[in-house]
Amino acid sequence: MKVLVAVKRVVDYNVKIRVKADCTGVDISNVKFSMNPFDEIAVEEAVRLKEAGKAGEIVAVSMGPAACQDTLRTALAMGADRGILVTSDEDLQPLAVAKLLRAIVEREKPGLVILGKQAIDDDSNQTGQMLAALLGWPQGTFASKLTLEADSATVLREIDGGLETVKLTMPAVITSDLRLNEPRYASLPNIMKAKKKPIDTLSPAELGVDAAPRLVTLKVEEPAKRKAGVKVGSVADLVDRLKNEAKVI
Amino acid sequence: MATLVIAEHDNQSLKAATLNAVTAAVALGGEVHLLVAGQNAGPAAQAAAKVAGIAKVRHAEDASYAHGLAEPLAALVVKLAADYTAIVAPATTTGKNVLPRVAALLDVAQLSEVVAVVSADTFVRPIYAGNALATVQSKDPVKVLTVRGTAFEAAAAEGGSAAVEAVAIPAVGGGSTFIDQQLSKSERPELTAARIIVSGGRGMGSGDNFKLIDAVADKLGAAVGASRAAVDAGFVPNDLQVGQTGKIVAPDLYVAVGISGAIQHLAGMKDSKVIVAINKDEEAPIFQVADYGLVADLFQALPELASELSK
Repeated sequence: MKVLVAVKRVVDYNVKIRVKADCTGVDISNVKFSMNPFDEIAVEEAVRLKEAGKAGEIVAVSMGPAACQDTLRTALAMGADRGILVTSDEDLQPLAVAKLLRAIVEREKPGLVILGKQAIDDDSNQTGQMLAALLGWPQGTFASKLTLEADSATVLREIDGGLETVKLTMPAVITSDLRLNEPRYASLPNIMKAKKKPIDTLSPAELGVDAAPRLVTLKVEEPAKRKAGVKVGSVADLVDRLKNEAKVI
Repeated sequence: MATLVIAEHDNQSLKAATLNAVTAAVALGGEVHLLVAGQNAGPAAQAAAKVAGIAKVRHAEDASYAHGLAEPLAALVVKLAADYTAIVAPATTTGKNVLPRVAALLDVAQLSEVVAVVSADTFVRPIYAGNALATVQSKDPVKVLTVRGTAFEAAAAEGGSAAVEAVAIPAVGGGSTFIDQQLSKSERPELTAARIIVSGGRGMGSGDNFKLIDAVADKLGAAVGASRAAVDAGFVPNDLQVGQTGKIVAPDLYVAVGISGAIQHLAGMKDSKVIVAINKDEEAPIFQVADYGLVADLFQALPELASELSK
């Protein structure tokens, strides 16, 4: 069974982002980019399925500017077999990404698609669910454990009240939560090997998808800053202030 | 123009987040209807009819809705969508699971975790773990949004008298089957509804040490939370996680113990009214957002705090 994994290039999670002075967006010039952490987990899961003999070829897909090549190389170094890059300089919003992924699924015919549950830049948490909808496939979102059987997948999901188990017929879409696995670091030999793995480049037009944004960002602002308060000297002082100053207990 | 709010419920009663979503829906203008889809969900539908500001309750009764599976629920909402200019759900794990599916089937964008309604087509939502707020306009004919509970007051649970109308059920398979749920049982208040939260981080060192947190929480009638690091380390279950990808909370008092204050944790709690940080590292970033900071060893400070609160 072929597995498709979607990976997004995002501002590294360690970068403290700055809002542009003219409020048109977040300043992403000269900052470090990495693979979205949830997508690393998705790649790792696919590689583990392959290592366990449950998956065949792993195809990694990324979308955006040409620099997404780097993100794909990371996925290839982790163990994906080949990459597909959909190049676009437009703001690719979740619905457009889902449509592009559907077009790729129709070409590649994977039995399983794994995505991160959420990208840490736009925090949308939509693409996997949208892809499942467009394909008419079942979805196992926020997965913290994935077990594949012959023609079904059992997914342990992280939900507000605890955990939930669902069974999905295949093919299916899975989105990874934090506890699904701990992604590996790519070894140097694997990074070298990844440079020789093939990456196909496509455009939204070649895939027959209108990827124009539906949402218009009018402005981006910094939220109100919290000011650091005071250091208290003792537990007794703390309790006194919570009772008599803040009046919250 | 009318808005459909997807009620979150356990077939018996409405979950609190539903009431916050109703307030956001009212802010859009126009009639607000509540969809209660469930199995033997009559009591939840009756509760929905009493919510202030609701013009109509649409009650869909089927075994496939018993556990809020995304595939049948999205199919149902899509079938009803022609009557609405907006579809709203609370940004809970259920809402986040279902609503993007609805939006894609309607070929419209979805807006996640809306924190303010500017107008019927313009909304504010956090991006980059809440380090920026984007004001976003949707040109789609139907607005589909999940709303963050802490950003909207709860609508009054009593006072309304909406009619309850049964809804015809579309036939769909969907390919998913509910197997079971392992819900955490706790006598304590629910995290997202608690007035006071005491959270532990990696500094707690073990799950066993969380009993020190529990002791303080018991004195305060507080909910217990945790940082991602504490959940990843297996100290406590996932549903206690506060942060960008866990629960978003805004209690009157948030006590962070042994939590360094990573960006993704701050994203989940920085709207709390009063923040207390207890950490032995005085350079910890959590102190930059804390109203009251105590530089101390938590293994001494927590028992002392519990005994001080007993006085």
